[in-house]
Amino acid sequence: MENKRHMGLRTLNRVSNTAIYVLLIIISIVWLIPFIFIVLQSFRVESTYQVGYVIPHQWGWDNYIKLWNSDFKRWYLNTFIIALAAAVFVTVIQLCMSYTLSRFRFKLRGPLMRFMLILGMFPGMLTMIILYRVLSDLGLTQANAVPGLILVSVASSGMGYYVSKGFFDTIPKSLDEAARVDGATRAQVLYKIILPLSKPIVIYTILTAFMGPWGDYVFARYVAMGTSAGYNVAVGMYSWLTNDQIARMYTTFCAGGVIVAVPVTILFLCLQKYYVEGVTGGAVKG
Amino acid sequence: MKQYSDLEYLRLSKGQKFTYKLTSLLAAIPRGIGRFFANIGKGIKNGVVGLGSELKDIGATFAHGDWKTKTSYLVMGFGNLARGQILRGLLFLLFEVVFIVYMIFGGAHWMSMLPSLGKVGPTSEYNAVLDTYTTVYNDNSFKILLYGVLTIFFIIAFIYTWRVNVKQNKIMEQILKSGKKLKADKDDLRSMVDENFHATLLALPMTGILVFTVLPIVFMILVAFTNYDGSHNGYSNNLFTWVGLTNFNTMLSWTGGTGGGQSYSATFGEILAWTLIWAFLATFTNYFLGMGVAMMINKKGIRLKKVWRTILVMTIAIPQFISLLYVSKMFARNGLINLSLMDLGWIKQPLPFWEDATWARVTVVLINIWIGIPHLMLITTGILMNIPADLYESARIDGANAWQQYRKITLPYMLFITGPYLLTSFTGNMNNFNVIYLLTGGAPTNPAASGAAGSVGYTDLLITWLFKITTGADSQYYLASVVGIMVFVVVAFISLVVYNVLPSIKNEEDYQ
Repeated sequence: MENKRHMGLRTLNRVSNTAIYVLLIIISIVWLIPFIFIVLQSFRVESTYQVGYVIPHQWGWDNYIKLWNSDFKRWYLNTFIIALAAAVFVTVIQLCMSYTLSRFRFKLRGPLMRFMLILGMFPGMLTMIILYRVLSDLGLTQANAVPGLILVSVASSGMGYYVSKGFFDTIPKSLDEAARVDGATRAQVLYKIILPLSKPIVIYTILTAFMGPWGDYVFARYVAMGTSAGYNVAVGMYSWLTNDQIARMYTTFCAGGVIVAVPVTILFLCLQKYYVEGVTGGAVKG
Repeated sequence: MKQYSDLEYLRLSKGQKFTYKLTSLLAAIPRGIGRFFANIGKGIKNGVVGLGSELKDIGATFAHGDWKTKTSYLVMGFGNLARGQILRGLLFLLFEVVFIVYMIFGGAHWMSMLPSLGKVGPTSEYNAVLDTYTTVYNDNSFKILLYGVLTIFFIIAFIYTWRVNVKQNKIMEQILKSGKKLKADKDDLRSMVDENFHATLLALPMTGILVFTVLPIVFMILVAFTNYDGSHNGYSNNLFTWVGLTNFNTMLSWTGGTGGGQSYSATFGEILAWTLIWAFLATFTNYFLGMGVAMMINKKGIRLKKVWRTILVMTIAIPQFISLLYVSKMFARNGLINLSLMDLGWIKQPLPFWEDATWARVTVVLINIWIGIPHLMLITTGILMNIPADLYESARIDGANAWQQYRKITLPYMLFITGPYLLTSFTGNMNNFNVIYLLTGGAPTNPAASGAAGSVGYTDLLITWLFKITTGADSQYYLASVVGIMVFVVVAFISLVVYNVLPSIKNEEDYQ
């Protein structure tokens, strides 16, 4: 009797596990298929518009050559510069902010955090209009969009301190106190004790800051205002999918997508561990 | 409403428990709002009392202070300089000089223009040399408003610094009277990396936030009370000026919009309703499905956990504009899905993924699931693994099946931990510009709303509508600003209610 019930459970378990494997395989396919399609279509030579099949009849590098001869190089370089600058400055600013709010108890701390919470409830898009006018007064729009975009994306980045603050909160304060007793200044505590322990969150911040600009569309479009030299990849490639362009540029878009996605994805997969740590830690702390 | 004690609550039937929970939730809403206004009232009261005591202290410091302190009321930092704190004194003095120079050479002008936002627009003047009429640009409403706001910020900063200056004199006198020594400049410098290290660290980020977020937001809030738009750009065509609450009236009025279409309030209401439905669906479909995927991967006995996870995580890395634009085109009328289905002969007509309102809304939600699940899978995986295993062990011994375990252990635990995350994710989805704009651009167009600014579609959220208003033909910035303020009000209201209600929900979760 006992044995029979045991067997029943085991079969049940096996059935449910099989069902789960089937589901997971379906999920993996659904999630990966669009990307596989992009890669396949980027090699299609016979036509440049959307068709009802996926595997090209004629394979070739035509779309990549077309890409090389277009403004895409410029867009890619623009985005890369912005991403690099953001990775450096955003990281510094966000870590300053989150470390301070996690470690120091000063009079304005509470009001400051509440203030930023309220500030974050305003749609960021609202500020675009004025920032655009200011940037254009400074001459940082259209062809000069890159420095303008860097400035704007870096300047307000302190607002996104939540995730890294959550991380700093988990480092025991007794470490700081021990160092302080030994006569270290607070700055020394940061450089000598906290930073070496914070590798995961530093890498997480750099990674997200670097990846952000690759998908930045709205403000980039606003600032470039139709000047191709100031586009980033998102704005430029979006212009290929408008109704009058898509028939000529669809497969080129796919090729561009591959060129943009591959390096970012490889970088991301290498640093996946840190990303996962950051995301999970940040969400639990809220 | 009757309040139950824990024991009484446990004795209730399932239906009664549900009604009890629901009524207590609803009852908590007015309480939350009441608390909010009570807090505002308290804040105002504290502010007035605080101001009174500040003024009293300023007066008392002046009356009891020596001549160094008294001079400091006019020449900031004089007290510090006279008592040997050169560094602090110079900084105070420098700030005062900069402030006065700024006010004389600009600030006063901007402030005086602020009530009118400029008097003379661009004029056409005869140019004798070229024998033509050229346009001469005079006042600039945009700059007046911008620098006016900046000047107000500056004045507030000055008053605050002046107050600090006075307070420092008082403290210095007290220290000297008690026979101790004042801090030297060397100590001040050292404190920047020690006890005042937080100020050093915050200086740069806060300046950025102040200039690039706070200032623009204040500016844009003020724009809601002007007629700033494409044909009143405040410089090259017409000046703009204050119009009071007119724009709010337009947005909330029940009469027809421009061009005889639907009224603004009806359009606004429709978009708001869809925004809320969207945010709700987007948040909870992702949440539960993501949790489901995480639980499947986490289940004991499932192999290749890392592979499944990596496959999903990989899709996070690919910039959203690529995946969203590609998928959007895939579902288009002449996109991959329709074409291949027609080639196969399964359908005769292309499916109206983006042409029909309901189709478009459903498709958007489904694609958002595709986008969102990997993220939620990551977040929930970590939390699921933190649930103590012995909870499940004892549940199993008590004979609970998988569903009961989920209902009684997993779900309450998850909701408890991710409550704040759900809230931010809800408000984030309300403002999820990328997914909507890159997928549909708001399409299909809502013909009834044609009278409203921008072209309004059935999948438009408030945030994409705002964008369309500013980039539309008339660029009605004032309306965009009104919409932005409304978004803030809605988000703030929801956050407030949820934050006030959340603890009560949590407590109930605890004894289930």
